[in-house]
Amino acid sequence: MIAVKDLSKRYARTTAVDRISFSVEKGEIVGFLGPNGAGKTTTMRVLTCFLPPSAGTATVAGFDVLEQPREVKKRIGYLPESPPLYPEMETIEYLRFVGKLKGLSGADLAKRVDYVLGRCFIADVKTKLLGKLSKGYRQRVGLAQAIIHNPEVLILDEPTAGLDPKQINETRDLIRSLAGDHTIILSTHILPEVEQTCEQVIIINKGKLVATDSVRNLQARTRGVESVQVEVAARDGAADPGAVQRKLEQVPGVAQVLCKDPQGHRLIFEVQSQKGQMVRGDLARAIVQSGWDLNELRAAGMSLEEIFLELTGKESAADAGTAAKQDLEPVSQPEASSEPKG
Amino acid sequence: MRNTWTICRKELGSYFVSPIAWLLLTMAGLVSGFFFWVLLRDFVLEGIEMQMRGETFPMNVNEQIITPLLMNVGVIFLFFLPLITMRLFAEEKRSGTIELLATSPIRDIEIILGKWLAALILYACMLLFTALNFAFLFFYGNPDWKPLAVGYLGLLLQGGLFLAIGAFISTLTKNQIIAGAVTFGICLLLWVLEWASSYDSATWATVCSYLSVITHFGSFARGVIATKDVIFYLTGIFLGLFATARSLESLRWRS
Repeated sequence: MIAVKDLSKRYARTTAVDRISFSVEKGEIVGFLGPNGAGKTTTMRVLTCFLPPSAGTATVAGFDVLEQPREVKKRIGYLPESPPLYPEMETIEYLRFVGKLKGLSGADLAKRVDYVLGRCFIADVKTKLLGKLSKGYRQRVGLAQAIIHNPEVLILDEPTAGLDPKQINETRDLIRSLAGDHTIILSTHILPEVEQTCEQVIIINKGKLVATDSVRNLQARTRGVESVQVEVAARDGAADPGAVQRKLEQVPGVAQVLCKDPQGHRLIFEVQSQKGQMVRGDLARAIVQSGWDLNELRAAGMSLEEIFLELTGKESAADAGTAAKQDLEPVSQPEASSEPKG
Repeated sequence: MRNTWTICRKELGSYFVSPIAWLLLTMAGLVSGFFFWVLLRDFVLEGIEMQMRGETFPMNVNEQIITPLLMNVGVIFLFFLPLITMRLFAEEKRSGTIELLATSPIRDIEIILGKWLAALILYACMLLFTALNFAFLFFYGNPDWKPLAVGYLGLLLQGGLFLAIGAFISTLTKNQIIAGAVTFGICLLLWVLEWASSYDSATWATVCSYLSVITHFGSFARGVIATKDVIFYLTGIFLGLFATARSLESLRWRS
């Protein structure tokens, strides 16, 4: 759906994006991850035909951003970093305006406006002036304008920036719910967001590609061990943490057990497996068979935070970006760029 | 064309929802009303004086009120036009909404024409307000309407030219004040350029005189449509909008 090849964007004095290549398949949600100033926004602006690339190519749905920008624009919904709202317009008036710009008209337009009002939960502010809306609503109106013409590709630049935690969750849910119909690229510098929302992740730093992979693989590959968090409770309320820990350590395949809450009343442990071992089933069985309750058992993984610091740290420390890339067997390579142009 | 109209409607909405349009209309009515009153008073006093002296020198409403008032309106609106155009692109650039327009499947020229047309319509509304004054003349007197219509055509063409220049300057900056001030300066220069040729007949003086809008507007104010003046304004409008288009395109390569 999206193929970027050796894309570079140079400004007068700086190189914002330096020969990055990646591709995104239809229907995927891809997280575009990098610290501030990494080149995320620039890349997105190239994909939306707002900026022309200095070198390399980018195609969306088979159309080149330089050769056929109008075809690309028809297929893209774009939410810039700050939602492009006109403060003096009413929500519904604004959505109609954007819909017309994107080529909708008549009954079609009315239907889509109604649809996005409902989909983005902004029906209750449809006659309010955009300038009077709260940040959360503004963001949702921004999202509504991006999907109004039902584009194949959605490009969202930091869609949760500046929202409060409740709004962040709502926005993430909304984005996830859009995933089936649209191919989504979303940029962020917040790591849990990628873990929670995306299937694929593209990490860039200082304009260079650091890694692209699925979120799960990325977590697994960096260590190759399973990390599981377990919460145990005893029905009589008197389980001995030491006893539980010993029991868990006896489970085959377990390398290490850490007590996460030594003084407290909750028995929370982090269990590391040996390389290549799946231990969750055995852990559950062992706990239940010992007469304890299993309150929680979840894969902790290595947080993307650690992965990210490791990757970008290497990059900046020894300029060994290529080494990091090879470790990860990254960058879904150019097959996708051979999509037919039309 | 549909997109042009969409943009134009949106711009008109912005003008008329905010106080900008109402303020400008009020000012246009107020200032032109004052000038009308001054001219009319002089005209009436002169008439009385002549009656008292027993002379019957022919007096002409068209020559003594309409033509000078149209000239005055032309100058007064120099001050108002930058206020109309300064926000056209500068505001979109500052607030980031330009990204929405630039990533929508519409042509740059449709954006530009839409905005220019909206500005022209607001300007035409201001002209209508000044026309209220002339309604009195028709009510109490019997002036010739054709020179008046020609005068308004001239004002419209001249406004179109200044608005095109203003639109171009608005694409150059994010700052509305800068856009407004520069537009005003340039329009004023274009207006007074003719003075340079007053005591000189060198080539550059002729060029200055040709570029000056007074030279071209004068004939309209007197009720004459001269093809060369119409062509002057139309080419000016075309050049202004063309420069706007180039500037808008270059934004992408520069930024």
